[in-house]
Amino acid sequence: MYYKTRGYRVFSVLNTCFLIILAVMCIIPLVHVLAVSFSAKSAADANLVGLWPKQFSVEAYKKTIDNPVFLHSIWISVQRTVLGTALTLLITFLAAYPLSKDNSAFKGRTIYSWLFVFTMVFNGGMIPFYIVIQKLGLMNSFWVLVLPGAVNTFLIILMLNFFRGVPKELEEAALIDGANHFRTLFSIYLPISLPSIATIALFSMVFHWNSWFDGLLYMNNSDKFPLATFLQTVIIQRDMSSMSINPKEMELISQTTVRAAQIFIGAAPILLVYPFLQKYFVKGMTLGSVKE
Amino acid sequence: MRTLRKNWQFHVMLIPAMILLILFSFIPMGGIVMAFQDYKPWLHISGSEWVGLDNFRYLFEREDSMQVIWNTLIIAVLKMIFNLLVPFIFAIMLNEVRKLAVQRTIQTLVYLPHFLSWVILGGILLDLLSTDGFVNQILGNFGVQPIFFLGDNNWFRFTVILTDVWKEFGYNTIVFLAALAGINPSLYEAAEIDGANRWKQTRFITMPSLIPMVVVVGTLALGNVLNAGFDQIFNLYNPLVYQKGDIIDTFVYRTAIQNGEMGFGTAIGLFKSAISMVLILVSYQLAKKWAGYRIF
Repeated sequence: MYYKTRGYRVFSVLNTCFLIILAVMCIIPLVHVLAVSFSAKSAADANLVGLWPKQFSVEAYKKTIDNPVFLHSIWISVQRTVLGTALTLLITFLAAYPLSKDNSAFKGRTIYSWLFVFTMVFNGGMIPFYIVIQKLGLMNSFWVLVLPGAVNTFLIILMLNFFRGVPKELEEAALIDGANHFRTLFSIYLPISLPSIATIALFSMVFHWNSWFDGLLYMNNSDKFPLATFLQTVIIQRDMSSMSINPKEMELISQTTVRAAQIFIGAAPILLVYPFLQKYFVKGMTLGSVKE
Repeated sequence: MRTLRKNWQFHVMLIPAMILLILFSFIPMGGIVMAFQDYKPWLHISGSEWVGLDNFRYLFEREDSMQVIWNTLIIAVLKMIFNLLVPFIFAIMLNEVRKLAVQRTIQTLVYLPHFLSWVILGGILLDLLSTDGFVNQILGNFGVQPIFFLGDNNWFRFTVILTDVWKEFGYNTIVFLAALAGINPSLYEAAEIDGANRWKQTRFITMPSLIPMVVVVGTLALGNVLNAGFDQIFNLYNPLVYQKGDIIDTFVYRTAIQNGEMGFGTAIGLFKSAISMVLILVSYQLAKKWAGYRIF
């Protein structure tokens, strides 16, 4: 047996160590940020913080929470994530079912699938899209954050590949019992698609929570920014103008610890849902993507 | 008509998706005519002056736009290569970890950065990679002079590619692990009886079994060759590194949205979309031919 040889054992130990180091490197930056956010301002500004807080303090979090603009942006992000995910799920679920049928069972399928694929491979580009949003009167509206991303061909393909794996007999039995397609979809397919739905929900939630560019592009007013856009302007652009300037808030932005706290709060929801949904998405992904 | 009556439910199910597709995908495609206009927002599309191919001529005459196309290609191609190679090697190495709990833990940790946005990671990296940041402090212990990773034209691309691979390699590994799980164990048993050691088994069974997946992932990535990663670049770059780091998407944002050259911006966008479409169609065909992969 190869794994009993001495050479392989040495390799195995080194290999495992190397991979563990690699895995740790994927989360070290986050640990560092967490440590900075819980450190005292002086220690953080002097770059003394490594992976453990220096002079433990929750001052940064207090200051962050005190900022009403920040809190409001969280609220907008929560709304957008919940509504956006629900809408994406509904649309994906509804669209994937007819598209998963055979050409013989659903004549229009070919045309529809071409339309979907076409939007996947070709688009008008950023500027025409921007103008359409303007013309539709969606500038500065909450809906601009939710509607344009609601149809995602990639997610529809994941879902329809899952539907194709469902035994045909289930559907036939339901139809014979007199259920129509809507009934079949919601009473038969829905309960057995939960792993796929979890996968799509995870992708959609992550998408909405992380989206920042639409907020930057379509919102003229910073108090309509979702959290990710707020963080982008404050942390990346270090833009004071997106906050009403007063000396107290100026100080807020300039602090390393407060920035770290904001970053961590921005990442927290993902860190929280990730462990629960992780086991699903690996399954869902490979089911949907690598099927023949 | 009879099929319409039979299938009306299918059409109804597709209505919400189609309405949104028309509004947000097909109508914007009509806006492409702006690429052939000297678009003025107050005149709208109907009133703006037609200029034929002027915007495109301008695109190829401007030095900065050619530099931008070139930057995009270099960054995207290098990302493509490393985002294929690193997960391939990583999956094979991870497959050798025999303790399942350890393997699972490693997997959980390496997938994570994929789910964090470039705003979050950008915020972290701006601090970590600054000249007096954490990374330079560590390098300083080895006697390395501080490196301005994000503000030096010689380092910027390297940093962009490295951080992108760092963010995505775990996630990109998933498909390879799935392919590894599908290899018939009796192949290994037979090889063992023939006296093949683990390296030989890897070389002659594992690697060849992964090749179809490499082909699929590689060819599908081809369609993305003009996407060098807007989110990442936008959140990491600054005027100091425009020369080596500016890509088509960031350039469009700055020329069109910030400077108001809408017609020109649309022209670059169209140039990008058109080439991308051809590449995507070619790559899907190739993936179908070489690896039997279909999207629908």
